[in-house]
Amino acid sequence: MNRRAFVISSVLGGVATLLPRIPFASTRADARLVLVILRGALDGLAAVPAYGDGNYAGKRGALAITAPTQKLDGMFALHPSMVNLYQRYREKGLIVFHAVASPYRERSHFDGQDLLESGTAELKGARDGWLNRALAGVPAAQKRTTDQIAVALAQNVPLVLRGNAAVNSWAPSRLPDADADTLERIADLYSTDEYFATRLQSALAADGIAGESMAVTGGGKRDPLNGFNAVTSAAGKFLAAADGPRIAVIEVGGWDTHANQGAEQGQLANRLRSLDQGLETLRSSLGAAWKDTAVLVVTEFGRTVAVNGTRGTDHGTATCAFLAGGPIAGGRVITDWPGLGNGDLYQQRDLKPTLDLRSVFKGVLGAHLRISDGVLETKVFPDSRSATALDGLVRQS
Amino acid sequence: MTLDAIIAANRFGLGARPGELTGIGSDARNWLIRQVEDTRPVPREVAELPSSATAFQTFAKALRERRQQGEKDGGRRQIGLMYRDQVAARYRLAIRTEEPFRERLVHFWTNHFAVSADKAQVVGLAATLENEAIRPNLGGRFVDLLLAVEAHPAMILYLDNQASIGPNSPLAQRTSRRVKSDRKLDINENLAREILELHTLGVNGGYTQADVTTFARALTGWSVAGARGKESEQAGQFQFRQMAHEPGAKTILGKRYSEDGLAQPRAVLKDLADHPATAKHLATKLTRHFIADEPPESAVARLTKVFRDTDGDLPSLHRALVESPEAWERTTAKFKTPHDFVVSTFRMLDFVPTLPEQMLAPFQLLGQRPYTPGSPAGWPDTASQWDGPDALLKRIEWSSAVGKRMGSKLQPLDAGGASLGSALAERTRVAIARAESGAQGVTLLLASPEFQRR
Repeated sequence: MNRRAFVISSVLGGVATLLPRIPFASTRADARLVLVILRGALDGLAAVPAYGDGNYAGKRGALAITAPTQKLDGMFALHPSMVNLYQRYREKGLIVFHAVASPYRERSHFDGQDLLESGTAELKGARDGWLNRALAGVPAAQKRTTDQIAVALAQNVPLVLRGNAAVNSWAPSRLPDADADTLERIADLYSTDEYFATRLQSALAADGIAGESMAVTGGGKRDPLNGFNAVTSAAGKFLAAADGPRIAVIEVGGWDTHANQGAEQGQLANRLRSLDQGLETLRSSLGAAWKDTAVLVVTEFGRTVAVNGTRGTDHGTATCAFLAGGPIAGGRVITDWPGLGNGDLYQQRDLKPTLDLRSVFKGVLGAHLRISDGVLETKVFPDSRSATALDGLVRQS
Repeated sequence: MTLDAIIAANRFGLGARPGELTGIGSDARNWLIRQVEDTRPVPREVAELPSSATAFQTFAKALRERRQQGEKDGGRRQIGLMYRDQVAARYRLAIRTEEPFRERLVHFWTNHFAVSADKAQVVGLAATLENEAIRPNLGGRFVDLLLAVEAHPAMILYLDNQASIGPNSPLAQRTSRRVKSDRKLDINENLAREILELHTLGVNGGYTQADVTTFARALTGWSVAGARGKESEQAGQFQFRQMAHEPGAKTILGKRYSEDGLAQPRAVLKDLADHPATAKHLATKLTRHFIADEPPESAVARLTKVFRDTDGDLPSLHRALVESPEAWERTTAKFKTPHDFVVSTFRMLDFVPTLPEQMLAPFQLLGQRPYTPGSPAGWPDTASQWDGPDALLKRIEWSSAVGKRMGSKLQPLDAGGASLGSALAERTRVAIARAESGAQGVTLLLASPEFQRR
């Protein structure tokens, strides 16, 4: 037991059993979910070029990747810098979704992210996130509290994980720890202020798991995604622990490529490489737990099909999404491809959405985390009847 | 000292310095209102910083040298030092100022018109936007603030407008004749969208995608001299490039703007400043920042009306905020941002870090590196965005580091009493009195719920 775990158990009394070692057989209680939110609107046609679409090369111009090296099928390819994900695809552990979107149809990043994370049909009244509302229905939550099973890998909890269920958060620190006696006194000072008390308690618990060995310094300067790799490494360690959390949310910005986006090489290529490497680090850090883990990578919306005046792309609508992991029935692209002809585009400019991201979310939460249809339809994704859950995303064991 | 003084100094101001609460006297509202009247000369601490033109030229020169000589680091380092000095100056002023409400308003408006210094071109320019466009315009009307900000090189470069070219502009025509290239000169709608969504109407302000696109066309040519690397005296200053401007009348939000060169985008901006949705959007943001995360409707309505009745007179708007009864109900309505927490700590302890790195470090460690909100939306103003468990632990760790440094130099009970007055809870007083050391006492004071809120 390290210093902080000791502080918690001594100061906060009832939480001495904070991280009970429950002997798990390999059951669905082992199911793990990592949600990666790409903030800034990833260009789906760059990450997953539709090289087989007759209109692709013409419409994309300088941004087209016309001779892809990593073909997924006769229509789609994976960006050449995402070599590890391609390997997962070949091993049938990766599903690529295309022409997906949340129900959001405007082009504000901030509203787009809010709707993606709230999981509601409209923006109005979104105060909590779908993953938070799902927590109560997660099998692992039957035996432990929600803040023991859900963690945001960020100093602050993103909307998707905010809500009534308490959750945890953790980010790399470069500050020396406060000493145990001081922490104990602060915990005491907070005991009449629930707002601070619950947060301190959660933070100390997470820090206990992360441990001294994880004094990560936030990645090198060369990393275009600013320490993403360090965060995924930590996430893997969290989730691999027998008594660790089962659900993690990671967010990473840098996708708003209005200018000089690049094609095979360039800014976006570097970020996709960093994303790919970070996800590979997550896999290796999860170790044996990879077989129980689903990793879902989504972004708020896509970008214009055409190149703008600054060799980039502006805010658009549909994009791609990824689902990887040991239990994933992968090796395929799931899409109802709308085409890239003039009449095919949404508002004559964007890739048209043909698949609701909520169908993906429901498919994963249902089959992988075993959340019941009733809970999914009423609590987690209200008013989502039109977005039926995608079946068969997860291998039945 | 009165409860009003405590609220004035800690909610409206940047946290009370020693002696500030008693100095405010019995009329706290008047103390605040005096700070927002009129224009002020740019304060000494920031007046001598390099101008935007200098920052721009330094960066441009560094880029040129990199290309010519393979010089890798020199320029970047120079810009980094410039940024560091700008940050240090900003916070020396924030820690010492006797007009903390005015200074908070400067920070508020800078954040409203956010640029982010994590884009290389903007690193040395972000602070110049604050000092050149925000500060000089707080005593006037919103429209002038808006025009100054949108024409500032930091904003134009941050949102790519220097490279947004009208597809039918003389420049595009000439290029397509001369160069056989697959690159078509066209618009970039970034600036137009963010002006509508963030700076004026707000996301539900009633504009369409067509309005965004047409406004972007109206804004073509709205640029910065020397943006394409050419050396000149004017480099870094606003420039309207008629050659790049999309010709023709444009209809935006139902109103037709005839072709009139630079006057066309300016006319659109003026109308946006006058739009009722803008009044409401700004009133909501101010109310949220100063009163509560859930802005009370009554206060929003009042501020909206004042904005409209006075043609967007900023001192009147800021005064209306002070006169909102909702702001004076409790001392702890807002959970401090990391930025507020650090500034109010330094003010309470009357401590000005001497090295620029020391000034920068705490903001960075707690997640709000100055001038880098990371997006044009700026730093959020609702606590749920920064009150994660780990963020609180980081504050405590930093408080502990501050305690170790300052603990032997001051009496934490006195410092806390002078800054929070009767808002400092008995429970906290007792805990501080019983602390095992001055260092621990300071840590407890900084970590206390009363000090964490404003």
